[in-house]
Amino acid sequence: MRGVSIIGVGQTPVGEHWDRSLRHLAYEAVSAAMQDAGVEGAHAMYVGNMLSGEISNQSHLGALIADFCGLRGIEAVKIEAACGSGAAAVRMGYLAVASGVHDLIICVGVEKMTDDVGGKLTAALAQAADAEYELAHGITFVGLNALLMRRYMHEYGVRHEDFAGFSINAHANAVGNPYAMFRRPITLEDFKHADMICDPINLLDSSPMADGAAAVVLCPTEQAHAFKGKPVHIVGSALATDCLSIHDRRDPLWLQAAEDSARRAYAQAGVTPQDIDLFELHDAFTIMSALSLEACGFAERGKGWRLAAEGEIRPGGRIPICTMGGLKARGHPVGATGVYQIVEAVLQLRGEAGACQIPDARLAMAQNIGGSGATIITHILEAEE
Amino acid sequence: MGIPGTWRLRNQRLALIGEVCHTCGKKIFPPRDVCPDCAREAQHAFRFSGRGEIYSFTTVFNPPAGFEEYAPYTVALVKLEEGPIVTAQLTDVEPDQVAIGQPVEMVTRKLQDESRAGVISYGYKFRPRMSAT
Ligand SMILES: [Zn+2]
Repeated sequence: MRGVSIIGVGQTPVGEHWDRSLRHLAYEAVSAAMQDAGVEGAHAMYVGNMLSGEISNQSHLGALIADFCGLRGIEAVKIEAACGSGAAAVRMGYLAVASGVHDLIICVGVEKMTDDVGGKLTAALAQAADAEYELAHGITFVGLNALLMRRYMHEYGVRHEDFAGFSINAHANAVGNPYAMFRRPITLEDFKHADMICDPINLLDSSPMADGAAAVVLCPTEQAHAFKGKPVHIVGSALATDCLSIHDRRDPLWLQAAEDSARRAYAQAGVTPQDIDLFELHDAFTIMSALSLEACGFAERGKGWRLAAEGEIRPGGRIPICTMGGLKARGHPVGATGVYQIVEAVLQLRGEAGACQIPDARLAMAQNIGGSGATIITHILEAEE
Repeated sequence: MGIPGTWRLRNQRLALIGEVCHTCGKKIFPPRDVCPDCAREAQHAFRFSGRGEIYSFTTVFNPPAGFEEYAPYTVALVKLEEGPIVTAQLTDVEPDQVAIGQPVEMVTRKLQDESRAGVISYGYKFRPRMSAT
């Protein structure tokens, strides 16, 4: 198996892009990544996306996006794993390069959510869960997370405001990220008094739906120095699955696929959680941040919230997370999010994260979650020596 | 869900029929044909009692398309006394009267009126337990 490196990254600002369609967003990210890498073509493209069929009446994104990016003819296919689609596309690119099948790959995550609003979008997002045994009972995606959060608070004796640190950190970090959707800080009082959306989850527990696209260019590590930029190396890559429904999990409060994929990624990279300098985790809701930190070995079961309450997730803390705003404040264009996380980790490891820079970052972890935990992809990236 | 799907799930929706694994004894709902504990085939029908307790709950104010006319409604994870957890709506109870650990029992109610598509679907909901066990 060959080592795989990231030689270019690109992203659009996350937001409500009324003036641009799915294909234009993808092109903007892809062309930025190709320019960053200094390449004019690619052998294959993997497009991470969840909702194009439901929201934009558009399937068949592989061919559409490849052609629109001027790459007509190459291998291209859409990869779908709900909100985990973005990192799943990067994982497929990784496999293609590592296996020796392709030498130059573009992975792009793109999502266009604002072409519809209200109940249709709510129903489309909920398709990440079990249609016959969850959705038929009227549950929503935020509702599933609310079920988890209430149980967590009950089982571990945690108050709602104990989760505030996750959102405060994300918003504070987003101030320095020009691509983030919400570049303004929030306070504990803001968090406590935000509108309830699905008890106990309020507006400031939740990441915003948005449009956006992000892309990376991959090549074999042995060829990475032939390109113009500073490469970042993928030293761990793993995708694990769990049952689709929360009700089928052995322990609803344990993200088994996060543990499994992180464990494999740590083993591949030969590192432990203590070695990780920053962690771009999937903070779609504050409860997911707590569960991810626990499953990945940064906190004991039931104690992930303490890292937020004690400030250990902030820059300079024990494990900085969401260093450029996370899903909460950068925004969560679902199928693109996993690629944004990797783009941000690359910027950190190249020392190009600007006001968000974590000093001397060498090892970054990015974890993207599909649904409420049924598909979880973990990547560990290492800076060039 | 349409007519074929509603018909296909009638035993689960109306009678809470799942499966039991004859290898390890695990009771399974929803049915999944392969035992999640021992990975053997488990296709023997098993009818659940419908009794359980609230594991967690939330109230949905922003419903998905197709559920607008019912909102707000409370959805729970109900831990059945035979072991599995099911996702279902609560009925005959106000949201502020619901608590984790509360005993509940299954009743049959209308899940969704899709009469424009030709289907009114019925299925299980849970209410605070009234019957003697
Ligand atoms: Zn069994």
